[in-house]
Amino acid sequence: MTRKHTQWIQPGRRRFVLGACGLLAGALGARAVDLQLLRSDFLRNQARVRHVRSVPLSAHRGMFLDRNGEPLAISTPVWSIWGDPGPLLAARELWPTLASALDMPLERLAERVTAAAGREFIWLRRRLTPSATERVLDLGVPGVGRRREYRRYYPTAEVSGHVLGFTGIDDQGREGLELAYDDWLQGHPGRKRVVIDRLGRRISDLELIREAVPGRDLTLSIDRRMQYLAYRELKATVQHHGATSGSMVILDVHTGEILAMVNQPAFNPNDGRDRASADLRNRAVTDSFEPGSTMKTFTIAAALESGQYQPETSVFTAPGTLRVGGHTISDYRDLGELDVGGILRKSSNVGASRVALSLEQHELWRLFSRCGVGESTGSGFPGEAGGKLLPAGSWSQVETATMAFGYGMAVTPLQLARAYAAIAADGVLPEVTFHKGGRPDAGERVMSRETAQAVRHMLESAVAPGGTGVRAAVPGYRVAGKTGTAHMAAAGGYAADRYRALFAGFAPASEPRLAAVVVIDEPQGEEFYGGQVAAPLFARVIGGSLRLLDIRPDGLEVPDEQRLRTAGGAT
Amino acid sequence: MIGERSIAFGLGVVVLLSALAVVDAQHRSRALFVELQALEAEAAELETEWGRLQLEQSTWATHGRIERIAREELDMRLPEFDSAEIVVLP
Repeated sequence: MTRKHTQWIQPGRRRFVLGACGLLAGALGARAVDLQLLRSDFLRNQARVRHVRSVPLSAHRGMFLDRNGEPLAISTPVWSIWGDPGPLLAARELWPTLASALDMPLERLAERVTAAAGREFIWLRRRLTPSATERVLDLGVPGVGRRREYRRYYPTAEVSGHVLGFTGIDDQGREGLELAYDDWLQGHPGRKRVVIDRLGRRISDLELIREAVPGRDLTLSIDRRMQYLAYRELKATVQHHGATSGSMVILDVHTGEILAMVNQPAFNPNDGRDRASADLRNRAVTDSFEPGSTMKTFTIAAALESGQYQPETSVFTAPGTLRVGGHTISDYRDLGELDVGGILRKSSNVGASRVALSLEQHELWRLFSRCGVGESTGSGFPGEAGGKLLPAGSWSQVETATMAFGYGMAVTPLQLARAYAAIAADGVLPEVTFHKGGRPDAGERVMSRETAQAVRHMLESAVAPGGTGVRAAVPGYRVAGKTGTAHMAAAGGYAADRYRALFAGFAPASEPRLAAVVVIDEPQGEEFYGGQVAAPLFARVIGGSLRLLDIRPDGLEVPDEQRLRTAGGAT
Repeated sequence: MIGERSIAFGLGVVVLLSALAVVDAQHRSRALFVELQALEAEAAELETEWGRLQLEQSTWATHGRIERIAREELDMRLPEFDSAEIVVLP
């Protein structure tokens, strides 16, 4: 049987089958050698190119907190949709649904994807809401994924827009403190290498290239409640008087911390389209102007420092005008004989000029420049203006006389507030800062304690009945301050009918804690004096702030003392 | 002779066991990776949720809104200074 079969199969056929099998095996072997040995590096590399990706690990930007730990700027996670043009181009039929889920016109999507052919990653739509992201991913379009990004959100919106500034699309600081402290706040994204499949899903992690480091939080000196109060009142005042712009700054007189800083007009940093450049300026720091009568405070301080004047020294201002080098300086009426305090109380230009002209040549300049006029405060705010003060040697008689009441120089509201803080803090000029805590020891003595205290008393009487700043009074507290009404500089001189209303002061006068400056540009209508426009705003904001900070009223009259009850004591 | 054989057999068994262990480890690693991905996704969701809640809280707590509700709905107002009583802690 076996033999019969053996004979049946012809030897040629057998050899043929064996040979074919051998050839096949040989071909397989050769291919294996080719793939595994000869071309292995190339292929391995190709596999890596196709399936290994390095993906970013997002790191959020640090928060801005106010001095009480309330958030002023938060980075919240959002999703952004990305696409891989390769698989996307292969699934053209899904584009219309994808485009509608992304809420963008089909043509734009098509254009973007085709333009990016050959690349592996493009953003399709950034910063979507979670529900919109969900809708896109539920479509299951190949080559579409989501990636975590962060959106900056400012809970106080326009109230602190100028101080905080805002960030760009890639989370870098663009304006304000966001720009100033960009390095501190910025998170550093990490990277890791992963293996993905054909549809872009992650299969396994290979290695961590760099760990993600989140940004650090920064606690500011701003008090969110005072900031809101100042903003609300400033806005109301600017609207009520039809003014073009306004600013207010409140400082802690000892630490130099900026507790509130607001401006009008304002912008909302949450709204990327709300970016009219004029509204973006933090005028309290970037704009300088002639401070007018608010500068008389420092003229008087210089007079007292010189030793030539005592608070009760008489100055004659009759007949209400004074001719200096061909120019006439005038008061609003003949104020007659005034003591030094009376010059501040009645805000006499003639009196201030007479005092300034009688001092030694550099005396006035020395005090002004010590108080920080014409010199950046070092707050670190981007775009801070330095103001202007002419060099000491170059003052003519006229310049000396006009600078005595605040013309011919320029200061920012922040500089002015700082200079007033020096008077409030017994003559120590504080180092202003946006950081909580500040540097209370960094202050520099710019006048003697006696001078500062004497000027403080005079400023208090300027707010008392009979003074120009009586409307700055706060019930229950002693307030000190000086009004100012400056003509706005115009081409070739001063505009006769355009004014700037100012008030600078501090409270409580017995033991000052807060110094503030109010500037209102071009108030319209009957009321335009600093004492009518700026002083009431000062009273409302400072009154509210003293209450918020639980500062004990120091202005209760004697019968009122009975209203001070000791907790737990007898009623 | 016998000794060599049993050594070879023993080694074969060990190789087999190690191969099985590799399979098991691979399987567990995959399972853990799936779990890791799920947890990472959950963490991301929670972070998003936390961010949303933070926003929601700060929106509700806006001073302007609180003031409006206090004034308009609850009819609250600041007392005049004269009608306030000041309590000083000892």
